[in-house]
Amino acid sequence: MDDLLREFLTETNESLDVVDVELVKFEQDPNNAKILANIFRLVHTIKGTCGFLGLPRLEAIAHAAETLMGKFRDGVPVTPQAVSLVLSSLDRIKSLVAELEATEQEPTGSDRDLIELLERMAESGAPAAPVAAAPPPPEAKPGPTLVQAEGPKHASGDIVYQVLERPLRPGEDSLDDLERAFRETEAEVPLLKQLEPKRDAPAKTAPSAEKRGGREPAKERDPAAETEAAKGGVSAQTIRVSVDTLEHLMTMVSELVLTRNQLLEIVRRHEDSEFKVPLQRLSNVTAELQEGVMKTRMQPIGNAWQKLPRVVRDLSQELGKQIELEMVGQDTELDRQVLELIKDPLTHMVRNSADHGLETPDQRKASGKSEKGTIRLSAYHEGGHIIIEIADDGRGLNVDRIRQKVLENGLASESELEKMTEQQICKFIFAPGFSTAAKVTNVSGRGVGMDVVKTNIDAIGGTVDLKTVIGQGTSFTIKIPLTLAIVSTLIVEAAGDRFAIPQLSVVELVRAQSNTEHRIERIRDTPVLRLRNKLLPLVHLSKLLGITDRSPNAVVRPEDDGFIVVMLVGNQTFGVVVDGVFHTEEIVVKPMSSMLRHITMFSGNTILGDGSVIMIVDPNGIAQALGGITSTAEMAGEKDADDDRARVDAQTISMLLFRAGSAEPKAVPLSLVTRLEEFSVEKVEHSNGRDLVQYRGSLMPLVYFDEMLQRKSEGSVPMLVFSDAGRSMGLVVDEIIDIVEDELNIQVGSERPGVLGSAVIKSRATEVVDIGFYLPQAFEDWFQRKEMKVESLTRSLLFVDDAPFFRNMLGPVLKAAGFNVTSVESAVEGLKLFDDGRRFDVVVSDIEMPNMNGYEFAEILKRHPKYRQIPILALSAICTPASIERGRQAGFDDYIAKFDRAGLIAALKEVTTTEYGIAA
Amino acid sequence: MSEEITSLTDSVQYVTVMIGGQLFGLPIERVHDVFMPESITRVPLARGEIAGVLNLRGRIVTAIDMRKRLHLALRQDGGQTMAVGIEHKGESYGLLIDNVGEVLTLPTAGREPNPVNLDQKWAAISGGVHRLNGHLMVILDVDRVLGGMAEVLAA
Repeated sequence: MDDLLREFLTETNESLDVVDVELVKFEQDPNNAKILANIFRLVHTIKGTCGFLGLPRLEAIAHAAETLMGKFRDGVPVTPQAVSLVLSSLDRIKSLVAELEATEQEPTGSDRDLIELLERMAESGAPAAPVAAAPPPPEAKPGPTLVQAEGPKHASGDIVYQVLERPLRPGEDSLDDLERAFRETEAEVPLLKQLEPKRDAPAKTAPSAEKRGGREPAKERDPAAETEAAKGGVSAQTIRVSVDTLEHLMTMVSELVLTRNQLLEIVRRHEDSEFKVPLQRLSNVTAELQEGVMKTRMQPIGNAWQKLPRVVRDLSQELGKQIELEMVGQDTELDRQVLELIKDPLTHMVRNSADHGLETPDQRKASGKSEKGTIRLSAYHEGGHIIIEIADDGRGLNVDRIRQKVLENGLASESELEKMTEQQICKFIFAPGFSTAAKVTNVSGRGVGMDVVKTNIDAIGGTVDLKTVIGQGTSFTIKIPLTLAIVSTLIVEAAGDRFAIPQLSVVELVRAQSNTEHRIERIRDTPVLRLRNKLLPLVHLSKLLGITDRSPNAVVRPEDDGFIVVMLVGNQTFGVVVDGVFHTEEIVVKPMSSMLRHITMFSGNTILGDGSVIMIVDPNGIAQALGGITSTAEMAGEKDADDDRARVDAQTISMLLFRAGSAEPKAVPLSLVTRLEEFSVEKVEHSNGRDLVQYRGSLMPLVYFDEMLQRKSEGSVPMLVFSDAGRSMGLVVDEIIDIVEDELNIQVGSERPGVLGSAVIKSRATEVVDIGFYLPQAFEDWFQRKEMKVESLTRSLLFVDDAPFFRNMLGPVLKAAGFNVTSVESAVEGLKLFDDGRRFDVVVSDIEMPNMNGYEFAEILKRHPKYRQIPILALSAICTPASIERGRQAGFDDYIAKFDRAGLIAALKEVTTTEYGIAA
Repeated sequence: MSEEITSLTDSVQYVTVMIGGQLFGLPIERVHDVFMPESITRVPLARGEIAGVLNLRGRIVTAIDMRKRLHLALRQDGGQTMAVGIEHKGESYGLLIDNVGEVLTLPTAGREPNPVNLDQKWAAISGGVHRLNGHLMVILDVDRVLGGMAEVLAA
């Protein structure tokens, strides 16, 4: 690309960013001539350069926009519409520039539409003839500063003048333009001597004059010059350096640091070395140099915020909200690489706050707040990290809605949610595909967004957290490292080799030894660790990397002795087992050779102080590799957003495999299991003829798979814990085998109580256990609230129940009875399926449901000519003669108590066969 | 690339190396260093030919086990391995070899194409053969030695 063109592009992009911000400021403060002058000048510069480079389209738009702004300067009132128009022409310029950058050619096309609008706006608002408008008072400047500004400017100012003047004419056509050109030159070059006399000093706006003065000649310094000039008009003390040069410098300094470290290591081994003193000096200089070079890469975070005022302004217009954007700590610096990466997530979050967080002025007034909402952005340093907060004073997150959405999307089960704090639930907004916006707006609410934000922040080793108070607002806190070039790592050993693990992902270290509290246990062959009531999936680093110790004097260590590095990646927590942990070291990450880059387990390599090369473990790579392995009950729930849907469609379902009673594996749907626990036999107490354990502060009854079997008298017993509505029971099993994701296809029914039938799971015949059989053994009234079973041909059955527990339960149960089951959580959803043209042979509905209850549901169906033939059964915990009568009236074909499984099956059989009989 | 240039001149200088009893020659302008590799860090999950990474005066160098690259048996004599440092596409590599010999200046005219019956794996990385007194020297085409590895990766 042409140097000139490249220079132009860089410069123009910067100018445009500044203009964006300034315009928004100007709109709020239309009387500030200083801002206007600045905008005017920037746009003018763009126009001038475009003409010079032969870019007629850009020039024409810039010119029209400038004309309009000229009117502002002449005292035409500044309206939001006019500002919007100018902003949209800037957008057009931006898109043209972007294309120019890509193709090195100005794209063809016409901007007549925009230009006409601009011209019309300019004309309608023009109070006087263009020429007459020429000398606007605020531009004038008094002597003292001028003297200073003049000298350097004079010469270069002239050049600019020519540059701008000449292309103007060929670029456009009419006399009109010439006239304008005249006007502009007058306004534009007030610094030129000849203008001074004209405008004696009515307004003493010295700083503004000074600013223009400082800037005019040095176009390339525009944005930087602003602050510079404001500080005192000294010609700018900055130079433009290409990023490559800086990167190279940084690399070289990194090398220097490494060499220094090696030298220090050597000297450490030699007492009384004469190198000691000079080396100390070298060390200090190196450290300073490193710091200095790091500084050159640092940029104020304000650069990433530059676009936000404009974004917020557009949003406030679009959404009809009054929004004030406060920015604190713009000067906080961070590495430019990080800055680039954080830009988009930040913009998205601010949009989100404006769209979802803040209320409309009416709503705000109603809740006693000022009409104007505030979004506050702040940044500050904290121990090698930069903290960015985005806070709004809006309505706060609606935890109930999030909870509901989590259930709908199957991100977690009800029982899991019950155990979570509000903060934890709120964090679900970062889950993929999650959006609580009631309606999809232009701004956000497309269900992409917060998860992308989180992914981006994770990618640079950052974290994001949120706090919310209903009615008072929400604040997001982002914590990111200052730089990606230097990383603090933990040096560990596995199979005789050393590896570096980035500290940021390390949560804690646990020493694992057999016979201690922290010992590695196994579920089948999967190692796990019990850590504070949670089951932590483990992986041996050496196994993950497929390495063994090959040195001759390798000690054979017991496999389960070692250190567990507990890591948190995204929302995945896991433990990495290593043989030893050495120390932490700040390392300079070096990219890996292209021949090694395909190995996802490593993110780079580096040279340690002792001169050896070490591989840097990529926590994301490990998390990915683990993805298939890790599934504690909780995690399986979080993992798959489509899990619930899949279950409704009777596709794959997570099954927990275990052994109990016999050698054959048994299975239950994982979603039914709340937790997996293990108790030592001594803890089991006997009371009132049954076994109990103390669990979470209350007594939990234990149910044995087979009452006949010999119970263990020592050791510990694994059990599946089922919870519903605050009650728990433990189903004691012999061994937990695995968690698998498989299609549940019960092939052989069972006559035996407690077994639904047999299915092939993981290519083994597996008994699918009917949890419904065991639950009443713990609490006889377990099903007073809900539940049941069935038998028939393959008929389609619609099951409506608001409790996920029973929906999950019934899937397999009804399927075992030969029905093709579709479960929905509300009558409304059920009706929607009918509307969508789905056919069902029979409907089973709960009675007590929110919104539309079972009676209403039945009435609607029975009134519909097309559906009135479909038999519909009521399932309810309340079985009084009155309620049964009410059910009959509503049109239910039968009314069955929830605990009466046999009754339900019989009823289903009856209604489906009679229905068949009639139809035949 | 380098060969086209060198073929225009009358002679080429080769650094000779021994790998598994065979004499190889590397064009001298491709050879940046000859060094004794120390403390190679193995890289788990990398391809077999990659012996690991090592620190050569502050640069991280990827070490390629040439015996494995040439599908030769592992070295049994326990002698000190040597390495030839080369650059390829802006990255540093070290080719692990058995011994380094003298530098030979050989006439371009004396270079002969690979025998048609040469093992395909060898032919793929050989830039021709020189007949010397008493033995043959195979020209190692550095770009193909390393480029071939990258290709397999991309596939």
